[in-house]
Amino acid sequence: MSYMLQGSTGSWEVVIGLEIHAQVISRAKLFSGAATAFGAAPNSQVSFVDAAFPGMLPVINRECVAQAVRTGLGLAARINLVSRFDRKNYFYADLPAGYQISQFEHPIVGAGMVEIELADGSTRRIGVTRLHLEQDAGKSLHDQHPTKSFIDLNRAGVALMEIVSEPDLRSPEEAGAYIRKLRSILRYLGTCDGNMEEGSLRADVNVSVRHPGEALRTRCEVKNVNSVRFVMQAIEAEALRQVQVWESGEEVRQETRLFDPGRGQTRSMRSKEDAHDYRYFPDPDLLPLVLDEAWVAELKAALPELPDARRARFMAEHGLSAYDAAVLVAERATAEYFEEVARGRDAKLAANWVTGARFALLSARGVGIEASPVSAAALGGLLDLITDGTINGRIAKEVFEAMAESGSTAGEIVERKGLRQVTDTGAIDAAVAAVLAANPDKIAAYKSGAEKLFGFFVGQVMRAMAGKGNPALVNEALKRALG
Amino acid sequence: MSLDPAAIRRIARLARIRLDESDIAPMQADLSGILAWIEQLNEVDIEGVVPLAGGVQGVALPMREDVVDDGGVVDAVLANAPDRQGDFYAVPKVVE
Repeated sequence: MSYMLQGSTGSWEVVIGLEIHAQVISRAKLFSGAATAFGAAPNSQVSFVDAAFPGMLPVINRECVAQAVRTGLGLAARINLVSRFDRKNYFYADLPAGYQISQFEHPIVGAGMVEIELADGSTRRIGVTRLHLEQDAGKSLHDQHPTKSFIDLNRAGVALMEIVSEPDLRSPEEAGAYIRKLRSILRYLGTCDGNMEEGSLRADVNVSVRHPGEALRTRCEVKNVNSVRFVMQAIEAEALRQVQVWESGEEVRQETRLFDPGRGQTRSMRSKEDAHDYRYFPDPDLLPLVLDEAWVAELKAALPELPDARRARFMAEHGLSAYDAAVLVAERATAEYFEEVARGRDAKLAANWVTGARFALLSARGVGIEASPVSAAALGGLLDLITDGTINGRIAKEVFEAMAESGSTAGEIVERKGLRQVTDTGAIDAAVAAVLAANPDKIAAYKSGAEKLFGFFVGQVMRAMAGKGNPALVNEALKRALG
Repeated sequence: MSLDPAAIRRIARLARIRLDESDIAPMQADLSGILAWIEQLNEVDIEGVVPLAGGVQGVALPMREDVVDDGGVVDAVLANAPDRQGDFYAVPKVVE
């Protein structure tokens, strides 16, 4: 089922391409030895190179190059053994050199792809056009003073990877899935932390619309959208705007726009006709970047298992459904936690508990499973008690909460609180008899056909036994008694 | 190749250089002359020669290790700033 917008002249297909700016994880900047840590005191992580003092020369950071190569390999992309740096010229207060060192004609990484999974279970391959290395700009603060902007150059010169997709995306959902998948791959690789709130991952969204089967129409670029949700909203708002423009008989102008999340609209950036004349030329301070094939092969051999491979393995090795596997592999920490819990245990049971624990943590504290107060080993211990029949599934939830609170093991809590499952058929029969004696009317109703009441009886017996009855034995005893 | 006055104005604007109307004609002559001089390179036969971006060939781009060995010099960095507020550079307000 494809995503279409209905207009007065028929249905419109939305064509989307994404440019993702991903901040590279490295200790030092792309061309200087200043630190990259987020949130440092203003201008405390700035070298003379970053501040563009005359005569200062850039020297490239090998680790930033390695990170770009790793990312390229993770996107199944071609690695260009020879690439080059160019100057992209524009004037802005947070760009002290008056140019950004970037890669225009000869990027370090060529064509690759990202496979996305959609809600209906289908998958699509989205083309990646290229990935190139460039410098980040500094940060401008406009709200600190009535007539002045404040400039902090700590971010200036930090390495960015610009990852450009083909215009292969056709709906907000696909765009969201693409960003989430790309972020997952980057985090597995350890090349970008993917933190959109801190700006380590930013998206420029190219949107156009057309009637199905037509050639591409003019696109607009929505700049600097900083969450997956806003990307999806911006696409819908911008596509609707363009449909209205075309259908009112006018033409969409190619331009840069900004998304206003408060209003749910995009608006034009006040741009001059030469705003895009960056006058790229090869940076005379830098020689071509030449990679050693053996070094690239070494980086490739050291890559971690990536989400797609791990998902396939979870399905094959643990017999998980595609959905369960996809949920578990999205975050590397969750996948590793699951593997430890599942080792030597029932994988489906482990998957359910890990997924449940993960959602509980996320909604209660907004943190990932790596911050769980219950370690993978401790959760495994709890599952062992379920599997060997010491406790039932219902009591297990109570035990898990107590584990999260106290840090004790499952075994300690079960002993301390006396939560062992009751398998003594005498005790179960007694509880059944008591419940039936108290509900003669319900028995009559049940016998005259209200079979749903069986669940009521089970509930009453379990309650009488403080939740500790063995569910299978309780069912059995009830069936016998109700004959 | 010679540049027309509109091209001169555009180049000046992109370079943030203010030109008076009276500067246009001399600048047009100067820049067109420079371009004409460079165009002599078109006479060289470069059939089969790999394009060269830098001034040296056969030298690898030197690399640095990923070590923090610079920064922490906020006063030196801000020493030449026309205006500062605390440890920020202060510039005329620029808002899109």
